[in-house]
Amino acid sequence: MQNEITNILVCGIGGQGVMTATEILAEAAIAEGHDAKKTEVAGMAQRGGVVTSHLRFGPKVLSPQIAPGTVHVLLGFEAAEALRWSAYLRPDGLALVNDSRLVPPVVEIGLYDYPADPIGDMRAAGIRTVSFDAATIASNLGDLRLGNTVMLGAIADHLPFSADVLLRCIEARFARKGAAIVELNRRAFAAGRAAAATHTKEEVTA
Amino acid sequence: MAAVATIAPAPSQSRLLLSGNEAVARAVWESGCKVAAAYPGTPSTEILEALCTYPDIYTEWAVNEKVSMEVALGASMMGARSFCAMKHVGLNVAADPLMTLTLTGTVGGMVIAVADDVGMASSQNEQDSRFYARFAHLPMFEPADSQEAYDMVLAAFELSEQHQIPVFVRMTARICHVKCVASVGERVAREPSGFVKNAERWVMVPAHAKRRIPLMFERDMVLREVSEHSPLNVLEAGKDRPDKQVGFVTSGPAYMHVREAFPDAPVLKLGMSHPLPLDMIKALAAKVDILVVVEEVEPIVENEIRAAGIAVHGKDILPKIGELAPEILTPAINRLLNNEPAPPAAPAPAVFPRPPTLCASCPHMGIYYTLSQLKNIIVAGDIGCYTLGAGHPWNALDTTICMGAAITVAHGMDKGRGAIDKDKKILAVMGDSTFMHMGMQGLLDATYNNSNITFLLLDNGTVGMTGGQNTPANGLDIRGNPAPRIDFRKLVEALGVKPERVREVDPYEMPKLFKVIREETKIEAVSVIIGYRPCVLTDEFKPARAYHVDEEKCTGCGNCIDVGCPAIHVTRREKAIKPSGKEVELAFVRIDPIACTGCGMCLQPCAPDAIMQVEGPRIVARLRPV
Repeated sequence: MQNEITNILVCGIGGQGVMTATEILAEAAIAEGHDAKKTEVAGMAQRGGVVTSHLRFGPKVLSPQIAPGTVHVLLGFEAAEALRWSAYLRPDGLALVNDSRLVPPVVEIGLYDYPADPIGDMRAAGIRTVSFDAATIASNLGDLRLGNTVMLGAIADHLPFSADVLLRCIEARFARKGAAIVELNRRAFAAGRAAAATHTKEEVTA
Repeated sequence: MAAVATIAPAPSQSRLLLSGNEAVARAVWESGCKVAAAYPGTPSTEILEALCTYPDIYTEWAVNEKVSMEVALGASMMGARSFCAMKHVGLNVAADPLMTLTLTGTVGGMVIAVADDVGMASSQNEQDSRFYARFAHLPMFEPADSQEAYDMVLAAFELSEQHQIPVFVRMTARICHVKCVASVGERVAREPSGFVKNAERWVMVPAHAKRRIPLMFERDMVLREVSEHSPLNVLEAGKDRPDKQVGFVTSGPAYMHVREAFPDAPVLKLGMSHPLPLDMIKALAAKVDILVVVEEVEPIVENEIRAAGIAVHGKDILPKIGELAPEILTPAINRLLNNEPAPPAAPAPAVFPRPPTLCASCPHMGIYYTLSQLKNIIVAGDIGCYTLGAGHPWNALDTTICMGAAITVAHGMDKGRGAIDKDKKILAVMGDSTFMHMGMQGLLDATYNNSNITFLLLDNGTVGMTGGQNTPANGLDIRGNPAPRIDFRKLVEALGVKPERVREVDPYEMPKLFKVIREETKIEAVSVIIGYRPCVLTDEFKPARAYHVDEEKCTGCGNCIDVGCPAIHVTRREKAIKPSGKEVELAFVRIDPIACTGCGMCLQPCAPDAIMQVEGPRIVARLRPV
């Protein structure tokens, strides 16, 4: 019996909503009848550090951790973080990356350099990479915190289930906060979906 | 968690996406448990956070783990089911009651959840709590996912009541924080059976304790039989192989890794990992060519199996540090079997490190910037967000050992200093919650023994590192209801600090802080400098208008960068020659207007006054009412 497991790696920085976004993805997978496990490799419990969230779903999931080289989709909330974790992708994997940059204090004080072109480095390594500015999309919708819903929109057409399942889980998550917040998240989801579609097309024609 | 937690009716769904911690909380509640206590500690914190949202159960943030275990013991003596949770190092703090309550035993079912930080995401060591089950002669369960965590907590309460002893449920970060699907049930209420006076059982003087020690050894034999027949220990036969058959003994998260890497291998899964079911292990050993123990951290099961005369591999082929993921297991077993190694994985791209940072407006930044400007000092640090002061750009901590050690290590440094250190100023730095956890006795020791140290009490009114739990420092209980708020000035004075040696300084006012530290370190006595500002992650913090940098005025001196705020970013760097002929690198900056919450610390070292408020008046946060 084939145990087909989908591996999704979500990466970013503490405080960006990486874990929440992955949890919503897990809820969608479960709603579709999959077994699912979600695990974090987070540093200390506060903000600003590297956060990766592993999601595995399929008929039966054993180890919650994704092995390097087996990720189907890498959802990168920040450009350098996507590059950091890019070796986790399968050769035919896809990276969906927010290309806005968050530069940490260790770079600002001059101890390290931020890569000149992290997205370019990923493409140079042969990784199918779709990038877009999720931060600006979210800010234009009125709130930077919508960024993680934009990212969920971006991955919505790259899952083994329909985008509507994911959207319903997002709506359920924000239902308590009122109709206006739900509507904002619907728009953020649609904007992320459109951004990924547009840039995927550019990728293909480039 | 300053807002009042909702006492939610239990979800009636049977299939939930639960973390291991949430699953434990659910099972504790369903078991009819009456009292549950814990001190926050990664990765165990969310157990009590989840539990306090359930109705009909008393929950508390205890001031430390020893207290939480004793509270649970007292409730058990009344015949109530009770529970306490802690991280691995917390169990060291609770080891004192543990080693005696194993003699008295318990009445109402008592479960101790201990969460090891395997992989060390947020701890000062990677100790293996399974030793404590051996040390205290108590049974230990080890779940491998959320469903098992839920099932095992319910089973642990039953075993506890059958044998009148507490039962450990040992988790690791990989169980605590993994979310997966779990089926749950409903709560069964229980009425405590009542306290029964029995001095020979509850009063552990030598004469009584001596009579109870043989009972503990008899119990070891009984529990060994329980383990041999426990449904939690499962022998999975696997598939026959034509070549050498490798069998595994494993437990906890390592079981999932073994199953992932070797789906067809025979496996003995230990759900009850102490006492070991040695007959089951012998049965597996007889069936396979090679027996391998896959256990995280210490070779405990391996050594016990070897002591029973069974040939076994373990830490001779596997690492003693961190998790044993399939990508570690598979090559190790391949080497053992002399199989062809798999091709090496693609190397990870080199990217700068991104350590956790203090938040914008974090009051600890003011403390560490100031300490970084002082010379000839030694600073003993402690456990909390403020341990980050050891990192860049401040490099302002010289030691960190364990909860509460800052004051006592500093005191020992003072007493142990020789001529070479006679002019050094010795300071201790500790947060409010750590001080109440295990720091107060150290301060009493320092005043009683006439120490010469300066203690900086960083009061941010919460347990910050674990996510902002309530404490006696903010006057709210675990559910957000009002509770007595501790007065630190009165407390430290009661511990023997002279009133004139207690100074209260706003940590945002760095020049004043600098002056007060200079003054107090010159005086040969125990001084306490209390710096109060609320943690920015709590409701008590009120953000002010953001600042911005006037590009015309910024001279690129970079002084503001040394404050360490994550909202300050370099826009360009330039080389310049000073009048002295020395080459310097200038760094021109901007402030991220979304990240900035207007504390104003960065403008204090700004030489050209280039930093100003975006618009309107700065909201000055009120100092704490006394």
